[in-house]
Amino acid sequence: MDFTEEQVERYSRNILLDDVGGTGQRKLLDSSVLIIGAGGLGSPAALYLAAAGVGTIGIVDDDHVELSNLQRQVIHFTSDISRPKAESAAEKMRLLNPGVTVIPVMERLMAGNIVSVIKDYDFIIDGTDNFPSKFLINDACVLGGKPFSHGGILRFYGQTLTYVPGSACYRCLFQTLPPRGTVPSCGEAGILGVVAGILGMIQASEALRYILGIGELLTNRLLYMDQLTVEFRKLNTKPNPNCPVCGENRTILEPVDYEQPACSLKEGPAAKVNL
Amino acid sequence: MKIIINGKEDSITPLDGKININELLAIKNVEMPDMVSVELNEVILNRADFVNTFINHGDRVEFLYFMGGGAA
Repeated sequence: MDFTEEQVERYSRNILLDDVGGTGQRKLLDSSVLIIGAGGLGSPAALYLAAAGVGTIGIVDDDHVELSNLQRQVIHFTSDISRPKAESAAEKMRLLNPGVTVIPVMERLMAGNIVSVIKDYDFIIDGTDNFPSKFLINDACVLGGKPFSHGGILRFYGQTLTYVPGSACYRCLFQTLPPRGTVPSCGEAGILGVVAGILGMIQASEALRYILGIGELLTNRLLYMDQLTVEFRKLNTKPNPNCPVCGENRTILEPVDYEQPACSLKEGPAAKVNL
Repeated sequence: MKIIINGKEDSITPLDGKININELLAIKNVEMPDMVSVELNEVILNRADFVNTFINHGDRVEFLYFMGGGAA
């Protein structure tokens, strides 16, 4: 397998697993994952993927660290306030595991650049905080045949779905952006930090198991999590023939930018979420 | 009639014997129906079909809520 002594020791608990072994560890070291958003979801995902030895990890964020981020975005420290998030995250990942290549991308992904940013990665993790980005990532990944993990969180709740070519995509379930003002953002509604952490780690687990080819991914299954009751529900679903990006009569043929600022959403009746 | 909403058994009594998806959303106090997708027996419904899709005894209905946060 061509491991150094340091690698054998560092990854020994992975390698001990029958389903991973030296072969699996080699797959991880040879793989690449792109994490979009170095926030509440991206922080745990980035740390665990770096620790696991995913050989190349891209981390995308065009924002800077703020004091109010630190309650949940655990890859950033108090001394990082005002630093670019991608840079702050990359530094921690390299400190955790100098054996992995970390590529910080300090850009906002838009229709014009997303295809070129995602094209070299094996798996994409959506850790963004707004619907235009979530739909953009879905469309770019579906059109480019890229597996990805959708993640969304709100207050005490989270949802995640994994797409691989041929499975139900995010748009199969949620065909268009919700009307502006109907769904509150974390900035307005609040989020318990651990909820982001748990969901981000589930997304990282999806990436690892996809690369290793083990277990069952959350494909054609939307996982809902309620951290007030610690209830997890998996909802069976399937590709939607009417999906505008992967259905029979597709109308979306290239990634599209939608205008909807992350923090333009109002408070109100959306407060009721009955899982 | 008995149906299953988001995994939990529920009983609804339609006034005139029939109930469509929009009415179900109203009965279940989903105040912002625009914020949910609806899956009926594992098939996602088009929003335009809510009004002419009726619920039957034993149906499994899922309200899928948009969650946009990533806390980025």
